Amino acid sequence: MMDQKQLLEITEQYLKGELSADEKALFEEMRTKTPTADQFVVEHQFFITELDKYADLKRFKANLYDIHHTMKENGEIAEVKTQDRAKIIKFWDKYRRTIAVAASIAGLTALMISGITVAFAPKTPLADIEELRRKVSKLEVKTNKQDLQLKSVRQKIEPGVNVSFGGSSFLIDAKGYLVTSAHVVHNAERIFVQNNKGQDFMAEIVLTDTQHDLAILKITDEDYKPSNNIPYSFSKKKVASIAEPVFTLGFPKDEIVYGEGYLSSVTGLLGDTMSTQITIPANPGNSGGPVLNHNGEVIGILNARQTTAEGVVFAIKSKYIYNAIDSLKRLDSSKIVHLPTNSTIRNLNRVDQVNKIQNCIYMVKVVMKK
Amino acid sequence: MSNYFKEAELLKGLSLNEKESIEQIYKDNYGIIQQLVINNNGSEDDARDVFQEALIVLYQNAKKDDFQLNCQIKTYLYSVCRRLWLKKLQYNKRFDVLVDNQEEVVPTEEDLEVHQKLDAQYGVMKLAMGKIGEPCKSLLEAFYVHHKNMQDIASFFGYTNADNAKTQKYKCLMRLKKLFFAQYKNAK
Repeated sequence: MMDQKQLLEITEQYLKGELSADEKALFEEMRTKTPTADQFVVEHQFFITELDKYADLKRFKANLYDIHHTMKENGEIAEVKTQDRAKIIKFWDKYRRTIAVAASIAGLTALMISGITVAFAPKTPLADIEELRRKVSKLEVKTNKQDLQLKSVRQKIEPGVNVSFGGSSFLIDAKGYLVTSAHVVHNAERIFVQNNKGQDFMAEIVLTDTQHDLAILKITDEDYKPSNNIPYSFSKKKVASIAEPVFTLGFPKDEIVYGEGYLSSVTGLLGDTMSTQITIPANPGNSGGPVLNHNGEVIGILNARQTTAEGVVFAIKSKYIYNAIDSLKRLDSSKIVHLPTNSTIRNLNRVDQVNKIQNCIYMVKVVMKK
Repeated sequence: MSNYFKEAELLKGLSLNEKESIEQIYKDNYGIIQQLVINNNGSEDDARDVFQEALIVLYQNAKKDDFQLNCQIKTYLYSVCRRLWLKKLQYNKRFDVLVDNQEEVVPTEEDLEVHQKLDAQYGVMKLAMGKIGEPCKSLLEAFYVHHKNMQDIASFFGYTNADNAKTQKYKCLMRLKKLFFAQYKNAK
């Protein structure tokens, strides 16, 4: 009885056909007599076939590998010209889904945030809020007869035109840019502004920011002389503090009216951070007027009062004027507004301050769209 | 020599794993395949892999006695590569339409199915070979793949004589067989 090693050796020789005729006959005789040996041969034959297939394919693959590399080295395989472009495209294609998913999530998040903001933001004007634009009544006709006659030479507002609403505005650039509340000029067909001497000037809206209730007007009238310097200033960084004394000038009637008060809360109605709360006597017509501190710095634009409480008035923070001016610049590069940054009335007493300021405060008269 | 005989000669050479024939087929076809793969979001390496796999399919076919190629080698390789690359793209969850300008494509599904089976068998042996470790792997490959004689193997692997090498080869082969059949049953 031969051992496994010898059996393997003879089996391999047998399978390769290396045995002599006699040896082959002997081997086959043994296979028929010993089933285990026969099974071994069958099994080994199968195994060797598989091993041969493996060896054959491995040799072929090695050959392919060699050929590819020699050809590449000899420059027989063309370089791919579009490789760089292909890389970008590949990157895009590979991450297209990821990018799309990320973008949708970002979009949804943005929508959700803005939705939440809208849902929780205080809705002005609420029922208990009154925008302080003034209904210009027929009483206006009663204005100073002498004044009327003086103006009749150059009547801007034709008789019969119904000036229906009014408010206040103030210069932010001596070129003729004024700021007022957006609701004052809402639905306006034509706008006139009147200075404290009673002169009317044609003006147009160059920007409205209804979110912050701001509008920027430009005096388009030829009669307007951009002469006077603006005495007050705008502070971008300065945060007004509570209890700070403030004053305002506006047109709740046909003559300019001075009002004095204090900053009562740094936020507006229901915690609205866009505005501040001040306690000041204000009436319809004061909308769009400036709220100034004792240094002559504009801290806000008066826009509404609470009807359910006495003396509670809200003013839009002045920093939104900066934002409005920026968006105006983006909208139309020719419209560059320079806000005055130095208050020239800082050390004056209130009477002198107001005297200088009142030349820059304009009444806004609106002719409504039919 | 007519085109037909030229192609038959190339196939014959390919079936015998002859370098010259393979080189010729490579030269005639690689550019088109590379273009196809790269135009369809593939890399140079992808192109090489796809082309070589197609050559293997053709090689396995060409070795069959009854093999008859009913189209040009070019068309056949292009069809196989196109199919392979499409599969790869689908595997990567990319459901694209292939951008190509060659209209003539022959069906290759059957050949690819056969190829897949052979590839699986190759994989079983490869896995078993990978598991036996060195020097067994190199020793067995020297004998069975590269057909070196026992004398050369003995001196190369540092055995004192061919008999020692034979004993070592026997041990290694037994281990390989064991691993192979275990793997083979698993695969079944």
